Amino acid sequence: MSKTLRTFATAAAVAGWALASTGAMAADTIKVGILHSLSGTMAISETTLKDVMLMLIDEQNKKGGLLGKKLEPVVVDPASNWPLFAEKARELISKQKVAAVFGCWTSVSRKSVLPVFEELNSLLFYPVQYEGEESQRNVFYTGAAPNQQAIPAVDYLMKEESVKRWVLAGTDYVYPRTTNKILEAYLKAKGVAAEDIMINYTPFGHADWQTIVASIKKFGSAGKKTAVVSTINGDANVPFYKELGNQGIKATDIPVVAFSVGEEELAGVDTKPLVGHLAAWNYFMSVDKPVNKDFIKKWHAFIKNPKRVTNDPMEAHFIGFNMWVEAVKKAGTIDPNAVIDSIVGVAVPNLSGGYSTMMPNHHITKPVLIGEVKADGQFNTVWETPGLVVGDEWSDFLPGSKDLIADWRAPMSCGNFNVATGKCGGKGKGS
Amino acid sequence: MLLLARVLLLIGIVFAALLPTRTEAAPADEAFSGFASTKYDAIEKAIETLAASGHPTAEAVLRALEGGNLFVREADKAIVYKTQDGKILDARTGAALAGDGAGGLKPVRVNNRIRRAVTAALGSLRLMNPKPEARRAAAEAVFKGRDPTALPHLEAALARETDSGIRRAMEQARAAALLATDAAEAAKLAAVAVLAERADLDARALLSSLGKDVPPAVAKAAAAAVAAIDGRLAVWNTAQSVYYGISLGSVLLLAAIGLAITFGVMGVINMAHGEMVMLGAYTTFVVQETIRQKAPGLFDYSLTIAVPLAFLVAAAVGILIERTVIRFLYGRPLETLLATWGLSLVLQQGVRSLFGPSNREVGTPAWMSGAFDLGGLTLTYNRLTIIVFAAVVLALLMLITRFTPFGLRMRAVTQNRQMAASMGIRTPWLDSLTFGLGSGIAGIAGVALSQIDNVSPNLGQSYIIDSFMVVVFGGVGNLWGTMVAALTLGVANKLLEPFAGAVLGKILILVFIILFIQKRPRGLFALKGRAVES
Repeated sequence: MSKTLRTFATAAAVAGWALASTGAMAADTIKVGILHSLSGTMAISETTLKDVMLMLIDEQNKKGGLLGKKLEPVVVDPASNWPLFAEKARELISKQKVAAVFGCWTSVSRKSVLPVFEELNSLLFYPVQYEGEESQRNVFYTGAAPNQQAIPAVDYLMKEESVKRWVLAGTDYVYPRTTNKILEAYLKAKGVAAEDIMINYTPFGHADWQTIVASIKKFGSAGKKTAVVSTINGDANVPFYKELGNQGIKATDIPVVAFSVGEEELAGVDTKPLVGHLAAWNYFMSVDKPVNKDFIKKWHAFIKNPKRVTNDPMEAHFIGFNMWVEAVKKAGTIDPNAVIDSIVGVAVPNLSGGYSTMMPNHHITKPVLIGEVKADGQFNTVWETPGLVVGDEWSDFLPGSKDLIADWRAPMSCGNFNVATGKCGGKGKGS
Repeated sequence: MLLLARVLLLIGIVFAALLPTRTEAAPADEAFSGFASTKYDAIEKAIETLAASGHPTAEAVLRALEGGNLFVREADKAIVYKTQDGKILDARTGAALAGDGAGGLKPVRVNNRIRRAVTAALGSLRLMNPKPEARRAAAEAVFKGRDPTALPHLEAALARETDSGIRRAMEQARAAALLATDAAEAAKLAAVAVLAERADLDARALLSSLGKDVPPAVAKAAAAAVAAIDGRLAVWNTAQSVYYGISLGSVLLLAAIGLAITFGVMGVINMAHGEMVMLGAYTTFVVQETIRQKAPGLFDYSLTIAVPLAFLVAAAVGILIERTVIRFLYGRPLETLLATWGLSLVLQQGVRSLFGPSNREVGTPAWMSGAFDLGGLTLTYNRLTIIVFAAVVLALLMLITRFTPFGLRMRAVTQNRQMAASMGIRTPWLDSLTFGLGSGIAGIAGVALSQIDNVSPNLGQSYIIDSFMVVVFGGVGNLWGTMVAALTLGVANKLLEPFAGAVLGKILILVFIILFIQKRPRGLFALKGRAVES
């Protein structure tokens, strides 16, 4: 062979070998996408979820990975910018070729990414309590539906604190608006008069709470026991609780039950004036069970900071991630269609000593815990459901949704099947 | 027969002697066993029983429960409590426990209802406390709890009370407790009158909740009292809204005044102004962190230390920006706008890289927390401090512009740059100093804002729009104009908010400003003069 031809052949062989090896190397890991805001108004809540996902992936890799391959986390920062969530989701699925995405917090961020997941047929594990009225084929809701958080909280206030007047205060977007619609219908069904309900919305990051807190004080002085049901999200909570403390409103006078305030949001606040205020979740860091103590120990060792707290959405990621791992093992492949079929019925341990099961409507079973804030920023469980509650995404209290159910198993495969008419509202469509 | 009668009599006497002790022991015993229950109803009843029983350890036990120091021993369900010096005492006898009782202690279950019951019970127990503040607090607690069993305690306490303020509080507490009993109509009418005199939100709450089984005359008196309180409160509410408006106005003033100066003197639209505020807030954070680590005793002075430092940091950054970027863009407003917008992004990302993207905690010194009541107004200390602070800053600035040579030169350049330069004023150097002054004031504003808003890299973005609104509305280059504009916008916003809500209120204010600018493009207090017109 001529000299040039020989050089050319060697070069081609080397190049081919290099390409093949990179190809094989790339196929040796399974990528997992993490879609949480690391800056902006929601960073206070979402940064710790990115950290717990990194820990879970690390733990799974120590156990040998998944299907013989290592898991590789891919982290992006959508910066509390809702349209950017959709762009970053597309980047994770199309460019990075992740097998599943764990992410989102606000409902508006989830609504922004739904079309992307449907179009590209990937999987989203959504770990945060939300307003329901949705069930998507590509989404698994490991956070609480209203019947696993909002309704039991209102029941507790009515029964234990004999609350007769209600202030529904929320941030102005879809989650508080829908939850308040459900709660208003529920309260009226329980006989609460319309003038005993005050509803109020504020923008994200609202800092000047003087007038609103004063009007809450006034509303609470009509002689009936008043409580605030708060769906305020993000760092607007900090000045809200500060103003409550400054104006001298104690939890024994007007208790506030929050659905989006957990150990993480309280970590940066002086909690002494907040003692006695409530939160409704499915998990508290203070739950006294060996499986929880073990998780907290592992978390502190991973994050190298013994002061970091754990909270409910972190437990939801713990449950969701383990369910995904089990479903992939059951199906033998990371292909989304196979996982969607195999994940229904998967049961994994939760961190309060029980088990959580993935139901056909893509929601899970969870216990409900009502806790009071303690001076050290932890929660003291004051009430819990005797057993597990199945997530019900189509609220029985709204006329448009009380006839709807979701069941993603074949042959129904529908997110909004109307039992009264016997028809599916739209294949693969939720709300 | 006589012997039998005597024996029976003896037995009867012994029996009679034994009976009272047995019934006396029973209530306190029930109370203590009630504390071991997991049901809140039982615990509440236990508190009430214990308070009424007159048991010698009652107050200590209830105080322990209030502080979360009452426990149930797992082994024998005995109730124990921990004292301040860590000793564990038996609740029934007050004696120290043998051995280390620490193992197997579960706290008695508490929630808001239990806390309320404890406060009310302790209130009636504390009415005879030697300290006057304790007696006043006890009277308030009984007033809130409306506990009829406190009436005899109140009568006894009133007989001994000499302080007129505390007497009034006790009489109001007696009126509140009376209304919950089956007292005579005349007594109830007198109670309603006492409460009507108190005339605040708590009294209104009580009077509105009297229930249906009161005599009609009492119900009518209560309704009349509620209407009178409402009328009085309506006036106070408007005053309260005006106060909130002034506090919002002072925040706007602090944020906007630097912008008014730089815009007035140099005609520069500085989109990085919000970031100067943010830098001031972060300076406060750094100062507090250093104090927390090196000298924790100085925490109450942390803000006073932070103010000059924030001024210097923000002024230095401002002068740097002016010398390196803005100097070359004078007379080109669009380019200045773009360049300063880019600078604001650079500053935000710089802070994000240095301090991280999440919020930083800035604490409030003790003297700035809480509130005090002035008539029907509740004035919070942090907002009041900010109002006073803004007034001081404004006064200082006016002094500087009026009475210092620098101020004189600044005014000259604002009115006619060419003429001022011809008179020998070094305009480029003055521009840098003015920009530094404006940014420094923004830094000081950041110190104030760190107390009422979250400290994050995005802090400046929330205030830049408001600052421009104030400057445009008030007129450029005029300190009085900025003050009037800030206060007007603040008060208008806060008066609208109870009716329209936070979001709609802001929208209406913006629409109003747009319409106002159509009529008076130069704002409220426009500078006059031929040179300015051009």
